[in-house]
Amino acid sequence: MKGVWDGVGMLLGGALFGYGLAYSGMVSPEVVLRFLTWQDFGLMLVMGGAVAVTVVAYQGVPRWFKRPLLQDQFEQRVTPLNRNTLVGAAVFGAGWGLSGVCPGPAIAGLGGGNVSLLWALLGIFAGAYLQGWYASRATSSAHA
Amino acid sequence: MIQLLFPSGWSSFLMGGLLIGAGVSLMFICSGRVVGMSSFFSSTWSWASKLPHFQQPSLRGSRAWRLWCAVGLVLGVMAWQWLQGPGTALSTAISPERLLIGGILVGFGARMSNGCTSGHGICGLSSLSGPSALAVLIFMGVAMITANAMVWFTGVRP
Repeated sequence: MKGVWDGVGMLLGGALFGYGLAYSGMVSPEVVLRFLTWQDFGLMLVMGGAVAVTVVAYQGVPRWFKRPLLQDQFEQRVTPLNRNTLVGAAVFGAGWGLSGVCPGPAIAGLGGGNVSLLWALLGIFAGAYLQGWYASRATSSAHA
Repeated sequence: MIQLLFPSGWSSFLMGGLLIGAGVSLMFICSGRVVGMSSFFSSTWSWASKLPHFQQPSLRGSRAWRLWCAVGLVLGVMAWQWLQGPGTALSTAISPERLLIGGILVGFGARMSNGCTSGHGICGLSSLSGPSALAVLIFMGVAMITANAMVWFTGVRP
């Protein structure tokens, strides 16, 4: 039963996220590209608004409550300062600037009937596979 | 000045951002999870691929709830569109080649970096992570250079 509620929580959280992406217009690659070419800085407000809410949740909630509603502990996100983090970000940026699509809107845009985004979705799955293949190879040769 | 920075208004951007933050916060309050969107593309491969990278516990163990989150994402946009009324199907003039090649780079880079606009941007910044902030500066900088180069190259402003 707990597993069902967990799924419901993720579904509702995802739905709010998707609704916000649509509301802001960020599901459209054109809106993203107008930001990246300095014609409309609205996306700064999307990121700023999202961080303004989330920073309160991430920094405050673990202080006010012992544990989340449905699981045992609050996760912490730790990002190492290494080559993968920085080079990966640059590769991701090149793709984002080329297509105007990032992972969230690629999934969400389908709900808006934007079937062209299937190309981006296919590309992201292919890119994620290539990265997994590359990482698996690097790990197994390190162990060999 | 406001007109110059936000020619199509500022309120829908801000409101959309607050809603996105509410979704990420709800997932944290319910499950304690810090949820970025790019991991979905790796965790979903764990169903189909035996590569060791995709079979690591963090991806196998999260694939079911990441799928639920993705379904929610799609339903959220559908709900918004339903409330807008008929005839508002979204489309894009960006060519399939750009979407596909851009997508491959997005998928490879975001997974290599372990974060995307939401992972490093929303989750990383809200976790007060220095490396994530640096990643955001790098991907925004490179994306701006790439997008402007495409305008120069194709002569088409988006």
